[in-house]
Amino acid sequence: MAAQTTLPPASADTPPDRPAIPARRARGEHHEVRLFSGLGQLALAVWAVIVIVPILWTFLAAFKNTGEIFSSPWTLPAELRWENFGRAWTKAHVGRYFLNSVFVVSCSTFGTMLLGSMAAYVLARYKFRGNRAIYYLFVSGLAFPVFLALVPLFFVVRNLGLLDTHTGVILVYIAYSLPFTIFFLAAFFRTLPNSVAEAGMIDGCSHTRLFFQVMLPMAKPGLISVAIFNIIGQWAQYQLPLVLLSNAKDKWVLTQGIADISVNAGYEADWSGLFAALTIAILPMILVYAIFQRQIQSGLTSGAVK
Amino acid sequence: MRHGKYPFVIGFLFAPVTLYVVFVIAPYAQAFQISMTNWRGLSAPQWVGFDNYRRLLDDGRFWQAVQHHGVLLLALPLITIAIALFFAFLLNVGGRSVGGQRQGVRGAKFYRVVFFFPQVLAVAIIAVLFQMVYRPNESGLINGVLMKIGLDPVLFLIRPNLALWSIIAVLVWQAVGFYVVLFSAGMASIPGEIYEAAEMDGASKVMLFFRVTLPLLWDTLQVAWVYLGIAAFDAFAIVAVLSVDSGGPDGATTVLAVEIYRNAFVYSKYGYASAMGVALFFLTLTFAALTLRLTKRESVEY
Repeated sequence: MAAQTTLPPASADTPPDRPAIPARRARGEHHEVRLFSGLGQLALAVWAVIVIVPILWTFLAAFKNTGEIFSSPWTLPAELRWENFGRAWTKAHVGRYFLNSVFVVSCSTFGTMLLGSMAAYVLARYKFRGNRAIYYLFVSGLAFPVFLALVPLFFVVRNLGLLDTHTGVILVYIAYSLPFTIFFLAAFFRTLPNSVAEAGMIDGCSHTRLFFQVMLPMAKPGLISVAIFNIIGQWAQYQLPLVLLSNAKDKWVLTQGIADISVNAGYEADWSGLFAALTIAILPMILVYAIFQRQIQSGLTSGAVK
Repeated sequence: MRHGKYPFVIGFLFAPVTLYVVFVIAPYAQAFQISMTNWRGLSAPQWVGFDNYRRLLDDGRFWQAVQHHGVLLLALPLITIAIALFFAFLLNVGGRSVGGQRQGVRGAKFYRVVFFFPQVLAVAIIAVLFQMVYRPNESGLINGVLMKIGLDPVLFLIRPNLALWSIIAVLVWQAVGFYVVLFSAGMASIPGEIYEAAEMDGASKVMLFFRVTLPLLWDTLQVAWVYLGIAAFDAFAIVAVLSVDSGGPDGATTVLAVEIYRNAFVYSKYGYASAMGVALFFLTLTFAALTLRLTKRESVEY
């Protein structure tokens, strides 16, 4: 391998019709491939361990008691203490936080997809004055950091009487998800064929029916990608609920709930409860990921791939 | 013109535009305005011009945060992209070629699925997870082992010069899988004949990587750098949850987002926090413009 790497770069351009070098190279090549994939395999395996072990370790610790967590952090739990999960679910309110997250993200993703696809469709396929201006207004939102708006946003939501309500959080999530959703879906709607839309119009389809019954089903692959992108993004939100729900603990979402439990676990020395809470937060994601792995990977990377 | 187009267009745009203007555009516009006042939430705001910005220049915490963004901006993309590129190359073209078709190493599919998983988890959850991993006593994942074999525990989050790097490590841990998948998609679109031709000319694996894969992947790399750069300017959830005292010890890990949050919602210094927000905005903008400028080069057509 070393001999190969020190070859002058120009050798890549030399014609291969010089007999001496390729012969020597063939043997080196074989050796190099084996060494390279050997080291590579090792690196890959090590990284897989680095990814898996912290998560697995959390799952195991969720069944231990505090004494075991301190004395033998690397062993299997002596017995399966399911009560840790019961304590996390009810006493630490992980159950409520979890359901709050499910409720908020269901509503906000539905709203984002509905409003985002409506706006994207109109902006992509109808000519009218101000079309470009509105489109760029939405897309410019991609360039702004949310933290610039944080203070005024807090007061806008408060003045509307929506502070510490799920409605407020849902509306804010939708508003901040619109730029990417519209940017992505407008590009998608532009690629749909005109002929189908025209046929629909000739058949006497109204604009609204055309959208919901013809165009939306045709845009399904794009819609799924963006929906996954939004679900994962909104599920992971931490800063917005922290600001918008700070005084209503019964309305908290999972991320802020878990962060809060981790602070309290120090005071109450209930580490096993915290591990159980973490497990409850992570396990469903593994299940969802296992089922929709392909769609999730393409959905999340869709924004970056040309 | 088609019949009834305008009522339809207006009907479809009304709700999204209203929502967007009320919750996004209006706050952004107001942020610039509030940053020029000494508003603390109780009395009416007073116009103070650029006073907040002048104070920003003398604020040690602010410069500490900016410096950390600088470190994040270099370290996060460099480390993440280097690791992800290496893995993506192994997974896509690392193995031998079978019937002219480039193959990844064995288990490529498994690795791709495992590596990507942290991307699905919320950063706040990951931060709590790594609080446990980094615990400074025998209950921590890492220190539990170190102390078992008789070594001193490493104070990952407590030693000021180690804390930021411990946080960067977690960000890399989460990000690598995403970029492996992203780069894999880019590598898949490079035609196999190019590799074949290069190999026939006697190019080694290492040369294949540097002379074929890397140049043809340039656009994707640029996207990755911009994405990671934007992540480096945020970092709120990870610093707020994982670090000692949200940005500690003694500001050793603080970032602008955390300082904005603290000034606004703990100290009620809304004007000052908004000035920091504006500073963050211009930093982000400068970064994006610079990246696009500096990395611009002839793209290779294939």
